[in-house]
Amino acid sequence: MKQTGFHAAHTALKAKMVEFAGYHMPIQYPEGILAEHKAVRENVGVFDVSHMGEVEVHGEQALEFIQHLTVNDASKLEYGKAQYSAMCYEDGGIVDDLLIYKLKDHYMLVINASNIDKDLSWMTEQASSFPDVVLRNVSEEYHLLAVQGPKCIDTLQTLTDENLSEIAFYTFKEGTLAGQDMIISRTGYTGELGFELYFKGSDADAMKVWDAVMNAGKDHGIQACGLGSRDTLRLEKGYCLYGNDITHETHPIEAGLGWITKLAKEDFVGKDVCAHAKEQGVVRRLVGFIVEDEKFIPRAGYPIHVNDRQVGYVTSGNISPSLGKGIGLGYVEKEFSKADSEINIFARKKHFKATVTKPPFVK
Amino acid sequence: MNIPEDLKYTNDHEWVRLEGSVATIGITDHAQSELGDIVYLDMEEDAGDVESGDSVGTIEAVKTVADMYAPVSGTVTEFNESLADSPDTVNSDPYGDGWILKMEVAEDALSDLMDAAAYKALIGA
Repeated sequence: MKQTGFHAAHTALKAKMVEFAGYHMPIQYPEGILAEHKAVRENVGVFDVSHMGEVEVHGEQALEFIQHLTVNDASKLEYGKAQYSAMCYEDGGIVDDLLIYKLKDHYMLVINASNIDKDLSWMTEQASSFPDVVLRNVSEEYHLLAVQGPKCIDTLQTLTDENLSEIAFYTFKEGTLAGQDMIISRTGYTGELGFELYFKGSDADAMKVWDAVMNAGKDHGIQACGLGSRDTLRLEKGYCLYGNDITHETHPIEAGLGWITKLAKEDFVGKDVCAHAKEQGVVRRLVGFIVEDEKFIPRAGYPIHVNDRQVGYVTSGNISPSLGKGIGLGYVEKEFSKADSEINIFARKKHFKATVTKPPFVK
Repeated sequence: MNIPEDLKYTNDHEWVRLEGSVATIGITDHAQSELGDIVYLDMEEDAGDVESGDSVGTIEAVKTVADMYAPVSGTVTEFNESLADSPDTVNSDPYGDGWILKMEVAEDALSDLMDAAAYKALIGA
């Protein structure tokens, strides 16, 4: 099992570790998922997400290739900007969702840890029609630390000369923080003010940055956070998780990713299916829902019923620590996808009432 | 891991304390640690007479959901009402205020359960 550069920090903090995508990762620290969640919503939390994959795209045809590979319009990117996008198979099924960074002389694609091998072979196959394009898998070279929460600027500003308040959402600066050259990106998966710090170096360099951030955040209630709270935080905002809410069996339009799917773009893999779905309307739709019944947490895989008939299934579910209620995402037949539609989650041979609600569940 | 000597244990990581014919039942320190933050206990209020191994409710934690089983046969007499407002007591005090239910049981009902040493071996503590 692989370890990230921050592994020693997790061990020292007595994190509960699990295997995730081949890495030994913290699922939670002794404070617990609820405490970590609260810290990010109210103060600041730090996540080791070094398991994520990074692939550089070099060459004159880099943009052309990315336009072909992904659904969003990467021609809008200039140096210092990032974009959320997805890549599809020919049948419209989603290969992965990703972030695209436009650096000075190349692009960097940030992909899900569990998908690195699959994505690389797909990208390599697609790149064969772009002889000038060079792909470099730099996943093992980058450390990635997400610092998220309203107090993140108070925490990080003391460690860098870059003016962090000036870095707009989905932009980045290349600068020095805690003595380390890095990409300081105003992005995240929590829905809070937050930064993701990409940097290369030894494990000792990684620990130096970790310690500096934790130390700088001491007076701001900083908390180390694991994969558990990462999931509850993203779910409260309705962000999709690959493998749950989006898979190779779902296409971007039914997954609610129409907003990143630029059909006006000349061509991209999967465009025909997306265009057809947009034109003809979808059969099913990914929706958010809030559980009305007490003492019930929806879980991925539970059937969704209306009038005792299955009309869909839950793809992600948990408690919303902020609302104190069960929340989830799931696919339902289109006629039940409107806000305020009443649905039932079927579990333990019982029906639990829920109401279709457009995320974010927590503003 | 805290495993009190005076309790009996099950393979499902529950503990039982017998006082007269009243069995007080909860989940072990190991179980609460594995479950993590417990947020709801949804118990079968009208469970009544149950056989050993019957489900008497569910425990919802942030990470996962677990069944609560009757560790022995008998009659469910009470659920710990205070857990409705503070389910996290099961995390913080699993053998004390975090008890989950009481049952009326026969005198020899606990004879098949493990002692602390056997439970300790089971979880490799």
